[in-house]
Parts: sequence; structure tokens; C-alpha cells
Amino acid sequence: MLTDADLQALWLTVRLAGAVTLTLLLIGTPIAWWLARTKRWWKGPIGAVVALPLVLPPSVLGFYGLLVMGPNGPVGQLTQALGLGPLPFTFGGLVIASVFYSMPFMVQPLQTAFEAIGERPLEVAATLRASPLDAFFTVAVPLAAPGFLTASILTFAHTVGEFGVVLMIGGNLPGVTRVASVQIYDHVEALEVAQAHRLAAVLLIFSFVVLLALYAGRPGGKKGV
Amino acid sequence: MKLLRPLRHALLACLLLLATMAHAEKVMIAAAADLKFAMDEIVVAFRKINPTDEVEVIYGSSGKFHTQIQQGAPYDLFFSADIALARKLVKAGLAASEVKPYAVGRIVLWSASLDASQMTLASLADAKITRIAIANPKHAPYGQRAEEALRASGLWEKVEPKLVYGENIAHTAQFVQTGNAQVGIIALALAVNAELASKGGYGLIPAGLHQPLEQGFVITKHAEGRALARRFADYMGSKPARSVMTRYGFVLPGEVSH
Repeated sequence: MLTDADLQALWLTVRLAGAVTLTLLLIGTPIAWWLARTKRWWKGPIGAVVALPLVLPPSVLGFYGLLVMGPNGPVGQLTQALGLGPLPFTFGGLVIASVFYSMPFMVQPLQTAFEAIGERPLEVAATLRASPLDAFFTVAVPLAAPGFLTASILTFAHTVGEFGVVLMIGGNLPGVTRVASVQIYDHVEALEVAQAHRLAAVLLIFSFVVLLALYAGRPGGKKGV
Repeated sequence: MKLLRPLRHALLACLLLLATMAHAEKVMIAAAADLKFAMDEIVVAFRKINPTDEVEVIYGSSGKFHTQIQQGAPYDLFFSADIALARKLVKAGLAASEVKPYAVGRIVLWSASLDASQMTLASLADAKITRIAIANPKHAPYGQRAEEALRASGLWEKVEPKLVYGENIAHTAQFVQTGNAQVGIIALALAVNAELASKGGYGLIPAGLHQPLEQGFVITKHAEGRALARRFADYMGSKPARSVMTRYGFVLPGEVSH
């Protein structure tokens, strides 16, 4: 069956996807909320920046990541000054790169969900003397719950499917940056076809089940996204 | 009918163009990443004397190309950093020629921030060096030789926690070039390239510390009966091509290592 190295890669993948999903719930929610409600002209540019990873090849993100987070890049200089060291080839570095890479998968479903709520429920909450923050947590969040579920599942699944960015900034370290997709690539290159098959099958089944759960949990396919 | 005359001329011109295009041949070469700079030069020189021929080169890891050719990739020639992979293609009946050894590669220490010419493998154990890039020993020939050299010097245990792995040897060099790894073990053929050489010197790793990096190429089954593939293969043995290879630090078949 799966080797220890394969299991290690799978577990690392789950940890990475989990960390990215939690981080994006924290920073993606306010961005999506702002995008859903603002009328300022820079809503367009910000929305476009958030959506960039949908279009950009992972190699572009990986390339910039390597330069910006490297010891000579601005982020690299900052992390070194803070005593953290450069981020490429670390788990933290992968999380940060993946947060950018998966950002649209969190923000866009949330934005749609927030927009679907409209002004009315929040105005009603305000007349009942709920503070904006209060209204957000007691009115907006429950109403947007299906959106949160969709966004989280998509973000998690998309991070599992990440390959190019990890290959470029990860350095292929077992247990640190060698995620399942990279492990499969290595198996294929080393002509370990049987091992590649097994690990690939695990990912295939996982992805199918995730998408099935996503569609099954969305009666009529109109709520959420 | 007079109106048709320009049309007829155009048609004739098209036919002529087609005829010349049919004459011009095209080959696609899969080459190990260590050949990046040397092969680019050789192709330019080849096209100077064969201006109508098209030669396209794709660089990558030898292991990947081997797998791709097994799956029917349309490469006409395969230059492998490990001659064993080229031999495997012959065994699998996927080659249209014998394996031809074309060079023996060397590995070097290279850094973009430190003077690697003053370094030996033992310097890698220094606590100041925290990240060292090598090619993935699992499938990249240069990575396998790097690991052998580190093991032979008794440094593997000390150095392994600092290693990061590139997908192929050019990817490994890029980790060092961007400063993300302070030192890398890369191909001599890459380290002597002008752009990389301008960033820092290199330190040759004694060839006795690892198995020789014997490299070989084959014409693939895909190119069977195509004259250009054979002509390019012959050109590799010519004086101009050999002198480019020598300039990039390759030891050629029939020559003695320095």
C-alpha cells in the first residue's frame, strides 16, 4: 500500500490545506465583506488583484515568491530582520504563497453570499440597535453560512491541488514542503509507476468526494455560490 | 479571365512556398538541463550552415524525458545526462540508433554570494551555511552524483538537513542564483556560463568522489528515416560542436579528464 513517505506527504498536504483555509477565513472574510458592500471606485482594482491567481500561471506566482521572500527580496529582508529567516523552503512560506494562490476561491464565494443578503436585513438589525459588528456576526454570518461552507471546501481542495508554486518555492523537503502532488511527480520521474498510481488514486477519490459533497449539499444549486 | 491572372500568380507563389517548406526539415530535441547553454550555441552554429533546417530544443530532467518518450513524446533526439537512460530506450525498442556517448559531466560548488572557488565540500558543514541546493537524487543524475560525493566525503549526515532539492540541475542553479540557497552543487556546464560566472566563482568537486556522469544520446524511433536527425547527430561529433562542448567544461569521448 502507501509507503511512509507517501503518508507523510498526504498528512503534510492536509496540514497545509487546513492552515491555508483557516488563514483565509480570517483575512478573506473582511475582504469579501468590503468588496460586497463598498461603492468606492477601487473596488474594481482590488477585486481584480484578488482574482489574479485564477489567471496567472503558478510559475509566475512561484517566481515572484522566490524573489520577494528570498533573502534579497523585501519580504525576505523583513522576515530576516524579525529573526524568522527567509521563507522559501519552509512550511510557513508555503502557507503564505498558498494564501495568495487560493485567495479567489475563498473571497469570491463569500462575496457572492454577502451580496445576496442585500441591505435590508442589516438595516433591520440597525433599527434594533445592533452595532455593525454585532449585525455582521448575528445576521450576515448565519445568512451567508452556505457561502462559508462552499468557500472553505473550495479553498481546501484547491490548496490540495497545488503543484507549480510548491515546486518552485518548496525545495522538495520531506515532511516540510514535499506535498502529495510533488511526491506523485517524483514517483513518475523515477519511473515508480505503481506508487504513483496509488497516491494519484487517493487524490482522485478525495477530490471527487469533496466535489460530490459540495454539490450534494447545495439543493437546487442556487444557494451559496 | 484577366482578373484571374493575379490569382494565378498568387497560387504559384503559394506552391513555391510550400515546395521550399517541404524541403526544410524540423527536428525536436529533448536535452538534459545541463546542456542549456552549450546546446543553444551548437544549434546556432548548426543553423548557420543549414539555414533552412529547424532545430527546436526542450530542456529538462533526463528522467522526465525518458518517461515521456516511453509514452510516445514526439522528440527526435534524446540527450541524457545519464547514459543508462538512453540505453534503456534502445532496450525498449524506442531508438533508431545506437547510444552515442557525447560527454562526461562534472559537478561544482557554486554560490552567488560567497566565493565558491575557495570552497571545498567540507566548507558545506560550516554553520554559516544554512541552505544548500542539489538536484533531486531520486531522478536527476546530477543530484545522484552530488549525493555520492557528499557520502564519499563523510559529510552526508551533517549536510543533509540543510539540503533543498531542485527538479533538475537548472532549477537547482536558480535556487542559488536567487540567493535562496547560499551554495549549490550544480553542473560545471552551467557554472561557466557568462551570466552565472559573473555572479561568483565555482569550485570543482574531485571526479573521484562520484561515479562518472557519463552522458549519451540516441535518435528515437519517432525520427526514423528523417535525414535531419541523423545530420544533427553527426554534427555533434564535428569540430565546432566539440569545441563548444569543451568550452563548457565537458570532457569528450576519447579525451582525458583534466
